[in-house]
Amino acid sequence: MTDRSVAFVRTETLPELPPPPNAAGPTKWIKDNLFATPANSVLTVLAILAIYLILSGALPWMLNGIWTSPSLAVCREILDGTTGACFAVLTERWNQLLFGFQYPTDLYWRPGLAFTLLFFAAAPVLFFDLPRKLLIFTALYPFIAYWLIWGGSIFGPLLALVSIAAGVVFYQKFVTQSFALGFFGGVVTFFVVLTIGGYIIPDTEITEGAMRSVPSRDLGGFMLNMMLGVTCVSLSLPIGIALALGRQSSMPIIKYVCVIFIEFVRGVPLITLLFVANVMLGYFFPPGSGVDLFLRVVIMITMFSAAYIAEVIRGGLAALPKGQYEAGDSLGLDYAQSMRLIILPQALKISIPGIVNVSVGLFKDTTLVSVISMFDLVGMIRGPILASIEWQGVYWELFGFAALLFFVTCYGISQYSQWLERRLATDHR
Amino acid sequence: MKKTAFYGALTVAGLAASMASAATLDDVKERGVLNCGVTTGLVGFASPDANGVWTGFDVGVCRAVAAAVLGDGDAVEFVPTTGKTRFTSLASGEIDVLARNTTWTFSRDVDLKFEFTGINYYDGQGFMVPRDLGVSSAKELDGATVCIQTGTTTELNLADFFRSNSISYEPVPIETNAEAQVQYLAGACDVYTTDASGLAATRASFENPGDHVLLPEIISKEPLGPLVRHGDNDWGDIVRWTLNALIAAEELGVTSANIEELAAAPTGNPEVNRLLGTEGELGAMLGLEADWAKNAIAVGGNYGELFEKNIGENTPIGLARGLNAQWTDGGLLYTPPFR
Repeated sequence: MTDRSVAFVRTETLPELPPPPNAAGPTKWIKDNLFATPANSVLTVLAILAIYLILSGALPWMLNGIWTSPSLAVCREILDGTTGACFAVLTERWNQLLFGFQYPTDLYWRPGLAFTLLFFAAAPVLFFDLPRKLLIFTALYPFIAYWLIWGGSIFGPLLALVSIAAGVVFYQKFVTQSFALGFFGGVVTFFVVLTIGGYIIPDTEITEGAMRSVPSRDLGGFMLNMMLGVTCVSLSLPIGIALALGRQSSMPIIKYVCVIFIEFVRGVPLITLLFVANVMLGYFFPPGSGVDLFLRVVIMITMFSAAYIAEVIRGGLAALPKGQYEAGDSLGLDYAQSMRLIILPQALKISIPGIVNVSVGLFKDTTLVSVISMFDLVGMIRGPILASIEWQGVYWELFGFAALLFFVTCYGISQYSQWLERRLATDHR
Repeated sequence: MKKTAFYGALTVAGLAASMASAATLDDVKERGVLNCGVTTGLVGFASPDANGVWTGFDVGVCRAVAAAVLGDGDAVEFVPTTGKTRFTSLASGEIDVLARNTTWTFSRDVDLKFEFTGINYYDGQGFMVPRDLGVSSAKELDGATVCIQTGTTTELNLADFFRSNSISYEPVPIETNAEAQVQYLAGACDVYTTDASGLAATRASFENPGDHVLLPEIISKEPLGPLVRHGDNDWGDIVRWTLNALIAAEELGVTSANIEELAAAPTGNPEVNRLLGTEGELGAMLGLEADWAKNAIAVGGNYGELFEKNIGENTPIGLARGLNAQWTDGGLLYTPPFR
């Protein structure tokens, strides 16, 4: 019946034993990661020492910080010789750091609201899983934001919106006949509607109430950096794509216009362009009737970053094998279709790290406007705040705060781009 | 080379601009505000406070001119300028007057086509050393390391001073005043040199100002004053005599406290009467109201009051009057008579 050739067979598995203490848990992790080799151990010890030195200096300074005080002198009195930061400058002057010193205090909600809406406007562009209908709000956002930040009559932004809409309608109606007719006709329509509308709408300056106008020179603080950064990045991306394609064009005039533009703008330091915007353009216009300084600066920074983005995208275009272009041709697609459907999606994906690099650099470069006496975040710190009798001599706290704001923004951009690269990874590497 | 090209460009621009606008006074009256160029921020001289209101010694001059011309010391649009943009702003007509602690020099006056309308602060380059160094004169600084802002006239003055006294020094080049403070406090240099008013302001921000001394030697002349464009002498006169009115008011004992009383009716002092417009018609000669000087003085007080309120000994900056005292007190302030 039962074969007893095997003396003993265990019928159930043994319970799992915990691994030996040296081969699991924190001990193993430390051994593997921190003290794997003698050189590794030395580096670990040095790193711990460095971290200790930094923290032992910084932590008491931060934790002992004073948050309420009217001036640096009072801060020092409270600290009474002990180490400690004087963060009171941030609580006293936070509004100037964020909005500049001239923006009306009771209107802070307007740029605040515009900033909040920015997330809703940017979301459908950044995350393309969201419903496409949200893009309508994105299209409206520039006009809403303009109206919120600058205030004044709503007819101005409305007119711009109507003019652009008219141009787009014209384009869509005639683009099927000929691209050139649609495009240039659309541009002409835009200007015609804008000019006619300019005569029709009431030209009233709103000087009272919640929506009163705020002139450009009253903008400042981190708000100015954000505005310059967002506007210039979003404008320079399409212009950069157009320049990159234009540079590869077989039509000589278009090609050389693009080449000369890119090479010239890229060969000039940004600060020179800013001085041109501020100083030289002042001579070209009669005093008092010149183009708004903010607009001049936006144009210059956009030109600058568009040239860089164009070169980044050209790199992406060059990385595509020739077969991709030929594939487009063999399918019978015209130039616009093959670019839109085959070439650009691939080229832009390759270019993401480069584009993000330019964007982050551009965002930080907006602090350069402080040298042409615009009061961005750094301009506010270096000028009015450090020059006030109460706060002169506070450096670490203020510049640390500026660094924190910029880091948060730039790190956010970087994280988004990494997510985007993962999301778009269609190859199997 | 770079500088020459820059000045050349400015000159051309200045010529173009001076042709464009002749009657600044009419422009200002029509506009209703005075466009006044100030610094982007210099302790005591010009800086906006927590509410965004500009205050300071140079700002006081702007407000006085606005009050003289428009009757309202708040009718000023302050245009912040940097050291690099100030002259082009003035030459291009963006501002009507520049009151931005600008040193009156030959080339700025003649070559850049500007007109300095007086001196509101006599500055000069000085030295600051830690008290522990035990130095009481700049001539004892043989072999010292000196923190010095690069590319400024202070650098040249310093070289001249040490060479003429045949002593040696080692320069530590720094870029900005903020960097200088940090370097100096960290002991990277024994001496910090810049304009004396700047030194006093810097020292005021130290944790222990008493540990540092300003040496008595002043090794350069830095007369600071407001300036206007060439080509509109009427406007230049207005700015010049507004500044003179502030100085004369101190000399004559006219203050913001007693001005209403003195201006109500002619007093026993004919010069006070002429100044305040109760006698004669000096205002009409300038193309202004008779009470122009009264308005200018009333807005921030006379020169002495402005000085005491913004940079004087009772402020954290604590500058003594020194050269900026009235000539009757041994200073250099000496206004031509109002007659």
